[in-house]
Amino acid sequence: MAILVDEGTRLLVQGITGREGAFHTERMLQSGTRVVAGVTPGKGGQDYRGVPVFDTVEEAVEETGANASVIFVPPPFAADAIFESLDAGLSTICCITEGIPVHDMMRVANYLGTKDATLVGPNCPGVLSPEKANVSIMPKDIFMPGNVGVVSRSGTLTYQIVNELTQREIGQSTAVGIGGDPIIGTDFIEILSKFEADPETECAVMIGEIGGNAEQLAADYVSSEMSIPVVAYIAGFTAPEGKTMGHAGAIVSGGESTAEAKSEALREAGIRAATNPSEVAELVAEALGRV
Amino acid sequence: MDLYEYQGKELLREYGLETLPGIVAGTSEEARRAAETLGGTVAIKAQVLTGGRGKAGGIKVVYSPREAAEAAEHILGMEIHGHTVRRVYVEHGVEIDSEFYLSITVDRTAKRPLILFSTEGGVEIEEVAETNPEAIVRLHVDPLLGLLPYQVREITFAAGLEGEVAKGLGTTLSHLYKAFEGLDASLVELNPLVVTGEGRVLTLDAKVTVDDSSLYRHEDIAGLHDVQAADPQEERAQEVGLQYVKLDGDVGILGNGAGLVMSTLDVVAQAGGEPANFCDVGGGADAEQISTALDIVTSNQQVKSVLFNIFGGITRGDEVARGLLSAIERTGLTLPIVVRLDGTNAEEGRRILAQNTPENVVTEETMLEAARRAVELARDGGK
Repeated sequence: MAILVDEGTRLLVQGITGREGAFHTERMLQSGTRVVAGVTPGKGGQDYRGVPVFDTVEEAVEETGANASVIFVPPPFAADAIFESLDAGLSTICCITEGIPVHDMMRVANYLGTKDATLVGPNCPGVLSPEKANVSIMPKDIFMPGNVGVVSRSGTLTYQIVNELTQREIGQSTAVGIGGDPIIGTDFIEILSKFEADPETECAVMIGEIGGNAEQLAADYVSSEMSIPVVAYIAGFTAPEGKTMGHAGAIVSGGESTAEAKSEALREAGIRAATNPSEVAELVAEALGRV
Repeated sequence: MDLYEYQGKELLREYGLETLPGIVAGTSEEARRAAETLGGTVAIKAQVLTGGRGKAGGIKVVYSPREAAEAAEHILGMEIHGHTVRRVYVEHGVEIDSEFYLSITVDRTAKRPLILFSTEGGVEIEEVAETNPEAIVRLHVDPLLGLLPYQVREITFAAGLEGEVAKGLGTTLSHLYKAFEGLDASLVELNPLVVTGEGRVLTLDAKVTVDDSSLYRHEDIAGLHDVQAADPQEERAQEVGLQYVKLDGDVGILGNGAGLVMSTLDVVAQAGGEPANFCDVGGGADAEQISTALDIVTSNQQVKSVLFNIFGGITRGDEVARGLLSAIERTGLTLPIVVRLDGTNAEEGRRILAQNTPENVVTEETMLEAARRAVELARDGGK
């Protein structure tokens, strides 16, 4: 099993004819993902690598039975693309786009609350269930199928940690990049609860960073609701106050948002917290009794 | 993007917020003339993108144009928390009856705008939160509905206000919410918002932060960006699309991806070193971007060694290696550079580096080893 995406995923790519959309569609197809449709307004009737292109998401869903979408639409149009997917009834939406205005995302997030759907991102690498489905921009070769669920606010840091797991022959059930923006769709708690409910996920890895208090909320959830072991890692101990560190949401702006405060909350909740990425793999191996 | 008080007020006035007449001045002579134009008592206020300017001596109330010039002379060029004062705002004086605090921010957890109001204005809201938390009224707004009239009433009633003052606050709040939305602000803060001797509610100080991601649809605001106030290297990095933040240490750091670079900084610190900067070259960086990034990182004179940490996802290790070599050749850099390549085509990349290694480049297999090596090299004074 896996969470969010698997063999049953019928994927629609919004912005399929754009540079990013086309490049990653090809990679997702190579990973064996069933990409059933693309949407680019004004380019309906064309096809890309054998994938039919439609003008609207609604039409694409009707014609192809798509049940998930991934969005590669530029920031000024990305919120609209998410609304379109939500209104077309898609249950899993993954928005890769970086740089969506925060006011657009507040509207999206509040509308999302009225729908039965999961929005992953924006400003995220996507979701990948090894050898089942790749709805992401992640490099599939570093993954191997297995029982560790990974959820992260960062892209390359996820690759680093997944790679270390794979080198130890510890496979992954699903890796989810929830994104580095201040306002995102799904959060640590929602993904952790899916890992907890997934019979094949035996351990979860949570990768956080400075900014906000999502890690603290997740720590409370882990200690009160979860039975599988959770290993955490937080980046940004050396980040100065008031400076955005690459991700729009990675900014120290008060006590709660520091790496120290987050690590402290994790420790208090009894969560194994690593001090560097390599230690994450060691702690996972320990938690799974594989040392 | 943070705006200066005078810029923020100008934008807020367009949304109907009441402020006092004021004129911005860059010299003491301009300040003198501004005081003459405004007449009577004026305040000379340092324009800096940081708080606490009052305590630092950056605000002076004066009673004549001559005094205004003297005050401006004193304040201009002053350093306030590392920011140089280049302009003052000369603002008309006012008789203050009471001071409030009013702000709207983006609440990341609730994913909604959050209004904070307090009748204890003129001090930091964090201070009020500690000493007298009941004095703060909080209210979330549904961004799909906007601020509703009953919510405005809730705030004025909760604050125990009546009559003209309650009405004035209500109007101010409605205008402020429209400004918050219209300006794509991540923060609008009126502190203090004052009630004058005549019972008028007006904005005495304003802090406006506009969401950087929205600047594409606010060309007028983007044009206000103050090049002088920014660090020159951060400015240059921004122009070429690199994420760069200058820090105080001596180990220069480059990597791909915000999280990985933050983690690299941490690992360097754990190895006993001090990072000189944060620099994310992003995904799919080419030779030219890598060369520019190296140039920016090493133009900081404090840098004694450079740590280059790449995890190839879409970015391929062999391309990174070639890019790095050509960048070193182009810049003629002699500082020690520690390279750690992993991920897609990393072996090929390491092979390329091993074949053509310039004397100052060493490769390490893991992030931890690379960090330790870079710290050692910095300690040896970059030799």
